[in-house]
Amino acid sequence: MIKHLRSAGDLDAATATLILDTAGEMAALAGREVKKLPTLRGRTVVNLFYEDSTRTRISFEAAAKRLSADVINFSAKGSSVSKGESLKDTALTLQAMGADAVVIRHSASGAPHRLSSWVDGSVINAGDGTHEHPTQALLDAYTMRSRLGRLAGLKVAIVGDVLHSRVARSNILLLTTLGAHVTLVGPPTLIPNDVAAALSPATKVSYDLDSVLPDMDVVMMLRVQTERMQDSYFPSAREYSRRYGLDLARMRRLPEHAIVMHPGPMNRGMEITPEVADSSRSTIVEQVANGVSARMAVLYLLLGGKA
Amino acid sequence: MTRFLIRNVSVLGGAPSDLVLHDGFVAAAADGSEDVIDGSGLVVLPGLVDLHTHLREPGREDAETVETGSRAAALGGYTAVCAMANTSPVADTAGVVEQVWRLGREAGLVDVQPIGAVTVGLAGRQLAELGAMATSAATVRIFSDDGFCVGDPRLMRRALEYVKAFDGIIAQHAEEPRLTEGAQMHEGEVSTRLGLTGWPAVAEEAIIARDVLLAEHVGSRLHVCHVSTAGSVEVLRQAKARGVRVTAEVTPHHLLLTDELAASYDPVYKVNPPLRTASDVAALREALVEGVIDVVATDHAPHAVEDKECEWAYARPGMLGLETAFSIVLSVLGERWELIADRMSRTPARIAGLTGHGTDLAVGSPANLTLVDPSARRVVDPGELASRSRNTPYSGTTLPGRIVATFLRGEPTVLDGKAVK
Repeated sequence: MIKHLRSAGDLDAATATLILDTAGEMAALAGREVKKLPTLRGRTVVNLFYEDSTRTRISFEAAAKRLSADVINFSAKGSSVSKGESLKDTALTLQAMGADAVVIRHSASGAPHRLSSWVDGSVINAGDGTHEHPTQALLDAYTMRSRLGRLAGLKVAIVGDVLHSRVARSNILLLTTLGAHVTLVGPPTLIPNDVAAALSPATKVSYDLDSVLPDMDVVMMLRVQTERMQDSYFPSAREYSRRYGLDLARMRRLPEHAIVMHPGPMNRGMEITPEVADSSRSTIVEQVANGVSARMAVLYLLLGGKA
Repeated sequence: MTRFLIRNVSVLGGAPSDLVLHDGFVAAAADGSEDVIDGSGLVVLPGLVDLHTHLREPGREDAETVETGSRAAALGGYTAVCAMANTSPVADTAGVVEQVWRLGREAGLVDVQPIGAVTVGLAGRQLAELGAMATSAATVRIFSDDGFCVGDPRLMRRALEYVKAFDGIIAQHAEEPRLTEGAQMHEGEVSTRLGLTGWPAVAEEAIIARDVLLAEHVGSRLHVCHVSTAGSVEVLRQAKARGVRVTAEVTPHHLLLTDELAASYDPVYKVNPPLRTASDVAALREALVEGVIDVVATDHAPHAVEDKECEWAYARPGMLGLETAFSIVLSVLGERWELIADRMSRTPARIAGLTGHGTDLAVGSPANLTLVDPSARRVVDPGELASRSRNTPYSGTTLPGRIVATFLRGEPTVLDGKAVK
């Protein structure tokens, strides 16, 4: 088993599949009255969050607690060097406290890589800047597999701000590893020119959502931040939704079995309409539940549990 | 005064002969009064001249001082360095450039030639008192806002014109600021993979294209700092073919390292302009040989540990260069001594107007020279560098060549590979 999970690229197909299978076993636990395993008793998991992200932190916290680990939440807001302690000093503190795993969320891309050079324990990337969010990709893959029965050969559209999306990067890497076919859709300003060469040569790019939808098994909508408008990535929120938002009319273009995903938090009315988000095709709430199972699997396997 | 006899030394790769230094000058014959150095297997070059050095004093003496930077320079084979203006306070007045010049004289290890800021506080709004710096004791000839681009085209035009009065030259840090907001590394496949904001090549090329046209229009001299892209080379090639008075430099790291190194997220590889791709490296090497790029300049940029031991995005850009530049150039160009002397000594001395440097070692010439052992190998150990900082990208790397001795006006600053003071 790998020691750190800093990028979805750290996972080969066998390891990724093992995590997804383990997540399935963990999910079975959620149906029981006592939702707890003694596996990580006496082990310490630190949630080191430099960015506010209640949903991800709670998900990791629930995952660690269900495995009986001791959880320390370390919220280090104010992430620039000028404010407060440096990442290295924080790392040395956690090291001295005997952290077996550090789950880090940080606004700077690559912060988990830096952290892993300063601590002995496992480092798990819970989202770093505009780089990656590998456990999100794992829970997304888990969700697709449980809804559609497989990953190999699935056609997945990832729609929106790929340029700034850590969710997109991790998903492209993991889905390709697991045999799915990814198409990126969005305005050319938000899809890097060289994204296929950079991440996975088989990745396709389209600027026309309508033409892509009829062929897809999965459509994953990314959160689009309205401040991108100020930077002229697109002219207005209205034009963005008109061209790249998922509404009922567009959803009807999808095949019958296709599902709609969103990593949350959603901008309802921007990239997705409420009718779509709340429809039976939407897996958005399921993704949250699966997040805990996927993160349990990661903690369990990285900290030396056996499948 | 000191007298040295260097026996059996090869001048620029020629047949071994004796080189005699008397009282600061190259002499015709030894008279037995000299200290003798065995030059067997060694090559002598005119003392190296660096057009682009950050000595950090005044302001960041924790990262480097004029004295420690001078010592690093001497150990790197340099006899003159041009000190960039982005100190604190900025070298934008006669007072600050004279202070740096005086500190250089006191250290006495290399000639420290201050560069003056183009604009007040490097802010890009108003010309600094360029004439006052030119007529100060520091006799400033090169002006640069390095670290920042003189982005305003009208201000750049005025600067280019104004310095003609005292044969000055504007050294531009070519970076269109609106295209590099938040930029962390070269924009390309690697930045896309790493999720680091890209610094597109066009941000450099667009400014160089504009500036060569401005220089042509007003008939002024332009120098382009740290050229880093294949596209910039093409713009320069065309401008030079038209007869524009433009010169350009490349750093050792842009001749060797690529953006792939950022994959470690170790900020020791963060530098501005950023490391580019392998095809840029190939184009820069070719341009250097061809003369489209005139000189190698280090952009020696010392940084305190805490400014590098952090997240990539928060780290300061820049890497050490003085103590490794010769080795990098030797590994890139091979033992082409005339070419090395041109690119690292004669041409930079001419651009900077440093008479007494970059001259051939004829009888009667000033004895500014460095003695190198091309067959030696060394492993770079950051802890052994004379610089006060440790941010070398070559830690643990085996590099060819070793500086054995350096002489500044006949006085040894380095002997047996060690600084004399």
